[in-house]
Amino acid sequence: MKKLNRRSFLKGGLAGGATIVAVGTSKQALAGTHNFGGYPDSMGVLVDLTKCVGCRTCEAACNKEQGLPTPDKPFDDLSVFEEKREGGLPRRTSEKAYTVVQKYDVEGREHPLFRKVQCNHCNEPACLTSCFVNAYKKTPEGAVIYDKTVCVGCRTCMIACPFYIPAYSYSSAINPVVKKCIMCYDTRLKFGRPPACVESCPQEVMTFGKRTDLLKLAHQRISEKPDKYVDQVYGETEVGGTAWMYMSDVPFDKIGYDNHLGTQPIISYVKEFLAMVPMVLTIWPALFTGFHLLSNRKDALKNDDNKS
Amino acid sequence: MNSLKSQGFAPVVSDLKKDGSEWTVKEKIMLGLSPKEYWAVQRRNPFNWVLWVIYAVGLPILVGRFIFGLGWVTHSSYDYPWGLFLGWGLFVMVPLSASGFMMGTTVELFGRKDFKPIERLGLLNGLLGYLFAVMFLQVDLGQPWRLIYPMFVSLGPAAVLFLVAWHVATYLSCQVAELVPAFSEWMGFPKAKKFIKSMVLGLTVAGIILSTLHQGALGALFTYAPGKVHPLWYSSPFQWFHFFVSAVFAGLSMLIVVSTLTKWFMRWRCDENYLNNLSKLTLGLAKGASLALITYLVTKIIGIAHDNNWAYLLTGWGAWYMFEIVVGVLLPLTFYTMAVRNSNASLARFAAFLAVFGIALNRLNTALITFNWQLYQEIPHWREVVIVITVYSTYIVVYRAVLARMPILYTWKEKK
Ligand code: SF4
Ligand code: SF4
Ligand code: SF4
Repeated sequence: MKKLNRRSFLKGGLAGGATIVAVGTSKQALAGTHNFGGYPDSMGVLVDLTKCVGCRTCEAACNKEQGLPTPDKPFDDLSVFEEKREGGLPRRTSEKAYTVVQKYDVEGREHPLFRKVQCNHCNEPACLTSCFVNAYKKTPEGAVIYDKTVCVGCRTCMIACPFYIPAYSYSSAINPVVKKCIMCYDTRLKFGRPPACVESCPQEVMTFGKRTDLLKLAHQRISEKPDKYVDQVYGETEVGGTAWMYMSDVPFDKIGYDNHLGTQPIISYVKEFLAMVPMVLTIWPALFTGFHLLSNRKDALKNDDNKS
Repeated sequence: MNSLKSQGFAPVVSDLKKDGSEWTVKEKIMLGLSPKEYWAVQRRNPFNWVLWVIYAVGLPILVGRFIFGLGWVTHSSYDYPWGLFLGWGLFVMVPLSASGFMMGTTVELFGRKDFKPIERLGLLNGLLGYLFAVMFLQVDLGQPWRLIYPMFVSLGPAAVLFLVAWHVATYLSCQVAELVPAFSEWMGFPKAKKFIKSMVLGLTVAGIILSTLHQGALGALFTYAPGKVHPLWYSSPFQWFHFFVSAVFAGLSMLIVVSTLTKWFMRWRCDENYLNNLSKLTLGLAKGASLALITYLVTKIIGIAHDNNWAYLLTGWGAWYMFEIVVGVLLPLTFYTMAVRNSNASLARFAAFLAVFGIALNRLNTALITFNWQLYQEIPHWREVVIVITVYSTYIVVYRAVLARMPILYTWKEKK
């Protein structure tokens, strides 16, 4: 029964038609807050940050695979690492780049550390749960994909993603949509092949495999070299777990990872509200109609008094 | 127009002219003035000059938004996907428009007929506020023509925004229905009014439910971003409640503000019944607002205690937070209370202005200013600001136009 998870559950709810949806929203939403925990056989990628040399081959591979526009600077131009976006922050994913490599100079580390950023393909994605047209979908293979033909452009998913991943094609007036890494779902993952970036990497920084196997592998590596790695696999538990996971030799919060995200999926923070929706829907009508009767009775009594 | 009235001009108040013949719709639209007089009056009003300037600059930019896309009018920020359009147009406008359901509840449900003179103003304030919140949303959405997708094409019922979309849409129709009586009197369709009268209780109860939920939902939207909003403005369990309770005093205070403005600038349109009752009613609203304010204040403190966020109060953000609470909550609360105790309507009006400012600040703080507090501060693009001013001016223009015509501030004299 685990297979009948939230997503199929929601679809079932939709059949109920618009009128029921308008009122019945809450109950389905509520059911949706039970932890889903991810598909058992979903795939993932383990990224060993210690091995990355910052060659940007993966960025180039992604650009080609996804048919993205040619960037201003070629992929062998390493000056992009010094580029700063607003707030002195490193470059981030954009409508033209679904993955970017960032450089961190860490005190006490011989070489700078490079970090590849892309969608983490969460088990319980915030983007998915916040989208009001249900554009997102977590596939059994583990990818979080989206249907750009229904995206309205409210950009709530961008607000919700704790990793600041989804971008938006603001430049388009006619058909702006959300843009992010889809783990090469259409062209590769669907057929069991690893994403383009993973395959392209000359340093074998990334390992593609079943998420559960990858976790075992990561912990095995850490226990084999406890002096090298910090004892944390980032993404194992963060916001309910992610398909992309990371190993590092410096603490994660020193290299731009948010270590305060907690282990609960983002939707769990919304559940207080979702829980009160059915209460309001059921209690309010009775309550207020009651008030009305009461106050009118007073009037009626008053009128009687006046008459007598 | 105020000066015109003092010269003996009598605005339209019934279907019939003084001589017993009927006003035509065109004459009603012209406020019962001849076209020449009407335009002369419009030209004399300095506020209209300001509007002309705003439109001269703003309209081309607004059109440009749809030709060149959002990228042309905003900074195209991925980190701040929501800017002023929603920050102001949705998150500030909607609580300030809560007056509709408040007045419906007071008059129709609790049977406080003494609030009748101001009920319609409350309803109109609600309707127009929501209508323009949707306008702002349409400016902000990447693909506004897909607005109905969440309703009919692809539904995401588990999302908070889905609830907001449905509820705002339903509630808008409720509010239109609630104002049909005013419109039908003015147009002379008594049947429509009768029909609505028969379902007013249902509409009002629906209004309360929808309002509680979507006002709260606007707060709940931010619980999707637990780490992004500053902890002093964020509380997972209480966010929806904070937004809901503050909407109560926001709506009431806005009603006081608008009624004050009408008293000053549209006195010619107000009838005796409205003007004579206004001070008393202002105090009544003030009482309601102060109750909501105290509830809000207490739950805000509980929110901080619940997450043990006291330490943040000592930071720079804490000082900013204290400013918001003192100016936007504590002072209005004090002034409202004093006003009610001393029957001082002017003080209540001052408190209302403060409370409205406080709410605007609170929503902007949550949606923009403290959002991404750990990243950087986003300053909106100037074109974004111009568009907000243009759309908001249109809101004022429409508001004023309706007030000048339909029986909102005055009672329609029915045909015998
Ligand atoms: S990282 Fe962000 S965009 Fe990717 S699945 Fe998770 S929430 Fe969605
Ligand atoms: S921007 Fe598009 S994909 Fe994102 S939440 Fe809105 S409709 Fe869904
Ligand atoms: S291709 Fe491999 S080594 Fe090169 S930047 Fe990407 S992850 Fe790092």
